[in-house]
Amino acid sequence: MKSAVITFPGSNCDRDMDVALKKFGFKNKMVWHQEVELPKSDLVVLPGGFSYGDYLRCGSMASKSKIMQSVINFANSGGMVMGICNGFQILVETGLVPGVLLRNKYLEFICKNVFVKIRDKNNAYFKNIKNNVLELHIAHNEGNYFCTNDQLKEIEDNAQIAINYCDNQGKIEKSFNPNGSIKNIAGIFNKEKNVLGMMPHPERMIEPSLSGEDGSLFFKNLINNIK
Amino acid sequence: MKISVIITLKKDVLDPQGKVIHQALDGMGFNDVEEVRQGKYFEINTKETNPKKAKDEVEEMCKKLLANLVIENYKIIDAQ
Repeated sequence: MKSAVITFPGSNCDRDMDVALKKFGFKNKMVWHQEVELPKSDLVVLPGGFSYGDYLRCGSMASKSKIMQSVINFANSGGMVMGICNGFQILVETGLVPGVLLRNKYLEFICKNVFVKIRDKNNAYFKNIKNNVLELHIAHNEGNYFCTNDQLKEIEDNAQIAINYCDNQGKIEKSFNPNGSIKNIAGIFNKEKNVLGMMPHPERMIEPSLSGEDGSLFFKNLINNIK
Repeated sequence: MKISVIITLKKDVLDPQGKVIHQALDGMGFNDVEEVRQGKYFEINTKETNPKKAKDEVEEMCKKLLANLVIENYKIIDAQ
């Protein structure tokens, strides 16, 4: 399986993602944002970080960079595109997934482990993961997911919510919502479910001795599900 | 030609920064303030000399980059 991680000026989780993808068997290539064409890939990842210093709105400048037209075409032709953290912010700015990510409700940068509940397993990202709840890491200032009421209805009708913030039992309640996201949303799909944007960082939970293993579950599963 | 744009958050979008600024103002004794909403302001210098064309172009800029229409409104306030 081949993957590509896009590096923007200000990306800082691109190499972590490279390590994670390789650890679980992907042949990964790093792609600079000024490239025009993607290498042949089964999965494209927009990594976390602070692309363009979060100027204007987080992800907005990166969403207009040269490589993104190829990423958008790849996604529109059914290719798997995953945006983590800042990558999620870039995805919403391209319009590949609906909504926006606002400043965290309590104006704090949040850096901690959280539990998320997998809401939909009818997709290549979460299919065959036995667990319903994963412990993952978040680190963001703008992760407060927001969308219009019409968009929310559409997202819910199409089962586009991928993961919600919850407790370790999978209970989705306001008190487990770290950033004010509508309906505790931590990650969403596009309609076709080949594009996933999420705030948590699975690439930070792949070393049992350092962090945890729930990220490993995610990547092991991912490489088996990509056709 | 110089054109100015103001970007504001839509009414139903939470503005925690505006809220904190409001609280600070209140603490400083500006007790008549009912609400503060924070926004963005741009000055764009363009070679275009036709005001209508320049304004149309800036409107495109707002739609494509300067504003995110899910949460923000834009207002082109000045063409001179």
